[in-house]
Amino acid sequence: MLNQALSKKRKGFEALVKALMLLSVGLTAALVLFLLIYVLGQGIPNITWELLSTKPSYLTERIGILPDILNTVYIVLATLLIVLPLGVGAAIYLTEYASNKKVVGIIEYAAETLSGIPSIIYGLVGMLLFSNSMGTCLMAGALTLVIMNLPTIMRTTQESLKTVPQSYREGAFGLGAGKWRVVRTVVLPGCVDGVITGGILSVGRILGESAALLFTAGFAHAVNGLIDGLAAPGATLTVALYVYAKEQGEFGVAFAIAAILMVLTVMINFAAALVQKHFAKRRSI
Amino acid sequence: MSIISVKELCLWYGDHQALRNVDIEIPEKSITAFIGPSGCGKSTFLKTLNRMNDLIPGVKITGDIRYEGTDIFSKEVDVNNLRKEIGMVFQKPNPFPMSIYDNVAYGPRTHGITNKVELDDIVERALRDAAIWDEAKDRLKKNALGMSGGQQQRLCIARALAVQPKVLLMDEPTSALDPISTSRIEELVMELKGKYTIVMVTHNMQQAVRVSDHTAFFLLGELVEFGKTDDIFSQPKDQRTEDYITGRFG
Repeated sequence: MLNQALSKKRKGFEALVKALMLLSVGLTAALVLFLLIYVLGQGIPNITWELLSTKPSYLTERIGILPDILNTVYIVLATLLIVLPLGVGAAIYLTEYASNKKVVGIIEYAAETLSGIPSIIYGLVGMLLFSNSMGTCLMAGALTLVIMNLPTIMRTTQESLKTVPQSYREGAFGLGAGKWRVVRTVVLPGCVDGVITGGILSVGRILGESAALLFTAGFAHAVNGLIDGLAAPGATLTVALYVYAKEQGEFGVAFAIAAILMVLTVMINFAAALVQKHFAKRRSI
Repeated sequence: MSIISVKELCLWYGDHQALRNVDIEIPEKSITAFIGPSGCGKSTFLKTLNRMNDLIPGVKITGDIRYEGTDIFSKEVDVNNLRKEIGMVFQKPNPFPMSIYDNVAYGPRTHGITNKVELDDIVERALRDAAIWDEAKDRLKKNALGMSGGQQQRLCIARALAVQPKVLLMDEPTSALDPISTSRIEELVMELKGKYTIVMVTHNMQQAVRVSDHTAFFLLGELVEFGKTDDIFSQPKDQRTEDYITGRFG
């Protein structure tokens, strides 16, 4: 007969491999679930309206994270406002205008390397470059984050520009359109999804960034308007989390912030996926 | 009368010479077909006529091309205006991912026409000229990518006509289409020749016979023979032309 002993051995081996892989999947899923349940379980009971809507006061020994929320919003806005035009502009130049492909390759390689550098190094450089001249403030933090996110925005936009079919460009040039008109009317609309996705992912990175901001943006918890806020030192949510947990032992507040950040991160990833799906649908018409 | 005259045109892609000393006079308001095996340089030559090869890095061109007596490579010539005069239809239909109306209006808008009434008029005329008005008139605001391949190609012809060119270059305009769409495009091309000069690259020799007035046969970057289509196909002067049209190679 067809050697049954061997086939039994094979079946046993198959089953073992399958079991091992199942174990890895189970472990991964369990870790995520544990983290989610633990952080949310510890955090959500500590989220109160008072915490969200006030600033900390030493007199009443009250802790509020309103300033940290505002600071986070300001720094996200300021960073995106600077990094989007810069990154998209650079991407357009590199893919549509630049003729020396060797230099373009070097720049792309540099950008990729830049996005892999540990963020604390950006913090150090940002401190020397910005905080030393303009003082420790949110703007210095935002500028540091601009450097950090520039490669990401540039690369995602570039990749997205490359997906715009060459035949669109030829069609437009063939009608007598100039370079800029071709880029503006035919190429850019085709890469909006890449820009938006890059922007959303950057928001996620900014929300999660602490190391670079510890050096540059400071730790203050004052409620400011947008312009005053950018000129003043301030802690974002992640930095506040660090300060409350490590320096003040307020673990309840730290977990509340952690829970908020976690929910925001999930929402951001969800939004990025949604945008991509939306544009994929539009493209397939 | 010739509208485009070419003298001693050579073209290199890097080190590879793709066109060798091409001389040709393209007659006005008639249909000229370029035939020849793949890689013979006919498409390259076509794209040189409105300087679409400018877009490809590493292209070197020598020789002389005159459009209505003007050297198209001279510094005074605005390449965008040249392409407005000498329009182009590509091998694969390439409508922009926008509405049918916006596709046709793209060219006129590029050249500064913004008046709505004027644009409406141009769009309708171009769509009628390209024999697609009846199919398009109720869906002008719909995305052009929703049309069939043959409709898309006629839309691309309408888009090219909308800038009122004098010459229309067509690079194998039917090679991506089914037989019915192909014959519609052929009929359309023959209707257009009263108003436009049409230069058409084709792989299909029957198409050249059916449609064109003059035929140019290219081989290995050389223009082997050029003359009236009837003469080329009935009594070719060059042995290579005869071998090609009788199907001995290709």
